Amino acid sequence: MFKSFVPPEFLAEIDQGKCRKCRRCIQNCGWDVYSWGGDRVLADDTKCVACQRCYLFCPEEAISIKSNPLAFKEHPAWSDDHRKKIYLQAETGGVLLTSMGASTPYPILWDNILIDACQVTNPSIDPLREPMELRTYLGRKPDSLEFEEDGDGGLKLKTDVAPQVKLDTPFIFAPMSYGALSLNAHKSLAMAAKELGIVMNTGEGGLHQDLYPYRDNIIVQCASGRFGVHSEYLNAGVAVEIKIGQGAKPGIGGHLPGEKVGMEVSKTRMIPQGTDALSPAPHHDIYSIEDLRQLIYALKEATDYKPVSVKIAAVHNVAAIASGIVRAGADMVYLDGARGGTGAAPTIIRDHLGIPIEHAVAAVDDRLRQEGIRHMASIIAAGGIRSSADAAKAIALGADVVSLGTAALIAMGCRVCGKCYTGNCSWGITTQRPELTRRLDPEIFAERLYNLITAWSRELKEILGALGINAVESLRGNRERLRGVGLDSLTLDILGIKPAGR
Amino acid sequence: MRIDAKGIYYRELNRILREAIASGEKELVVDNVNGQRYIADAVEEKVTIIVNGVPGNDLGVFMNGPTVIVNDSAQDAVGNTMNQGKIVIHGHAGDVLGYGMRGGKMFIRDDVGYRVGIHMKSYKKQVPVIVAGGKAGDFFGEYMAGGILMLLGLNARDGEMLAGDYLGTGMHGGVIYVRGRVEKHQLGAEVGEVDLDDQDQQLLQEHLGEFCEDFDLDLKEVMGTKFTKLIPISSRPYGNLYAY
Repeated sequence: MFKSFVPPEFLAEIDQGKCRKCRRCIQNCGWDVYSWGGDRVLADDTKCVACQRCYLFCPEEAISIKSNPLAFKEHPAWSDDHRKKIYLQAETGGVLLTSMGASTPYPILWDNILIDACQVTNPSIDPLREPMELRTYLGRKPDSLEFEEDGDGGLKLKTDVAPQVKLDTPFIFAPMSYGALSLNAHKSLAMAAKELGIVMNTGEGGLHQDLYPYRDNIIVQCASGRFGVHSEYLNAGVAVEIKIGQGAKPGIGGHLPGEKVGMEVSKTRMIPQGTDALSPAPHHDIYSIEDLRQLIYALKEATDYKPVSVKIAAVHNVAAIASGIVRAGADMVYLDGARGGTGAAPTIIRDHLGIPIEHAVAAVDDRLRQEGIRHMASIIAAGGIRSSADAAKAIALGADVVSLGTAALIAMGCRVCGKCYTGNCSWGITTQRPELTRRLDPEIFAERLYNLITAWSRELKEILGALGINAVESLRGNRERLRGVGLDSLTLDILGIKPAGR
Repeated sequence: MRIDAKGIYYRELNRILREAIASGEKELVVDNVNGQRYIADAVEEKVTIIVNGVPGNDLGVFMNGPTVIVNDSAQDAVGNTMNQGKIVIHGHAGDVLGYGMRGGKMFIRDDVGYRVGIHMKSYKKQVPVIVAGGKAGDFFGEYMAGGILMLLGLNARDGEMLAGDYLGTGMHGGVIYVRGRVEKHQLGAEVGEVDLDDQDQQLLQEHLGEFCEDFDLDLKEVMGTKFTKLIPISSRPYGNLYAY
């Protein structure tokens, strides 16, 4: 048999002395690493992705997963990774497919930004004992507010305010489709969103009937493949999102490999079973800002004028594009940075296209303010938000809310192995195999998601308290409270922040 | 009910239509239509809307039940992501018709533009149908995942090609019937030509019968020319493109 030139990335080692031969590892591994050899468990290292499912479910801790120590001769240009990719492509002739966010080590500027705090001259606030407002409304805000007498000696609002999406905390779950995710993962997100008073986003695979009861906590997406899009679906959420692009794969369409298109997904998407669900790269009814306006208003007409979000990948000219989106009538602009995740994308696209969210959110907020249209749309920042600190910095750079994709998956057990596209996820998250999806109990994993967002919300309050601010909206675009360390002056200028010490 | 659309902005026109439908009107005649967009957008009721004039883009977008008859030509993106119902156009229609169409029927008497029937879908008995009586531009049936496209070329001159290039590019489901022949160089790489069987003839009879009735044409004459049937070679055309 031909042996691949690509060495296994990991070694799955079983301590045969500790192993009780319960074979739980064989049962738990979605990758078929383990098999029964008659008297002991055998491991096929080539299939291991280090998802750690076997390790965590081995009652004897008899399994260890190690990086393959096999040495390549060191070379400053030809990394192991470059060599392995060339071996694989020489064997297959294929475009390399991958998942999750970019693995290229571009600088992450969140790690070069520090947040201010109060000392002596201005009092900080204790968030445990004083009110602290995290509530955020997504949508178009009026140019000005007019009031009139209510006849009872008071005043009432005269201005018509466009419909808003109410969020109890400035975090939302990122669009991840049913198809990329299992139904149980989708349910976990919907249940958690409901408990938290936030929203999940369907992604572009339509909405399973089981999730229609969560309509107050769902944003439905309309992408170029128009999978699962019909009038009932469009009205099944609090807002509609037009997906133009995704941070992990700017300029290309969605990609759901055929392995994950089973009967239920085939039904929701209305495509043949086993086919690759490839959405067209552009919406073929959108070749311009004017065309985008056409779809925005088609959706508004279809939903009695619900708010419409437009999601784009952060690309070089993002500020001008965002301005066009707002002028086209969008109520929210969703910016997905270059480190954003994906269920499946060509590696070369994921790792080399777009710009990071830090730059994008700062540039867009700047541009919209300069043009006097910042109030006309909310900004959603996404693409590798790893902690409440990243979130606070994104908000201070100009975002209204931050959106969590990978972080939410990690809360559900994801190990970021980057193999979602295979449909073998041992954690039951990014698979459609019933024996694997069954593992993900929505009740339990909704609670984990609830815990994560609750913890981050508390931390955000701690940060606000230290800043002496009692509402998250006072943090929004408040770049005076950020300082850069180790950043050059041009980058500081783009971010609109001063260096530490100034 | 008759509505005069002269000088009325689309938002107002559609509001009037929706209110009339909600109040129980079953047949609505809209006169002097001149480019108003989104007529019948997401309308669920099985009403009949007769459009006198040229409607604007996205006619019948997300539509889910009505019958829309246009007594003139139509513009781009007719039947965009439409789910159910019927659209009949007594004239030409523009580009990107039936984008992501999921069900229902669209009959166009004359020519259609580029990218018609792009990414049409189907599931079991829910099968969308587009019949164009004239000729079509490039990318007819692009990315098609399901449904039925028919191109008749009734107005074609002798020897004139009915479809443009890249016919059925990226097709992975559904079927295209062309009345007449198609040159190999016109076909997308994912499409193959196969012979018609009895079931195909039955399908053509059924849909073209209705088409001929709507446009007062002779079915025998329409069926008198040999049809070409195009289907995807593979349900997974890009399965080998990627390395896992």
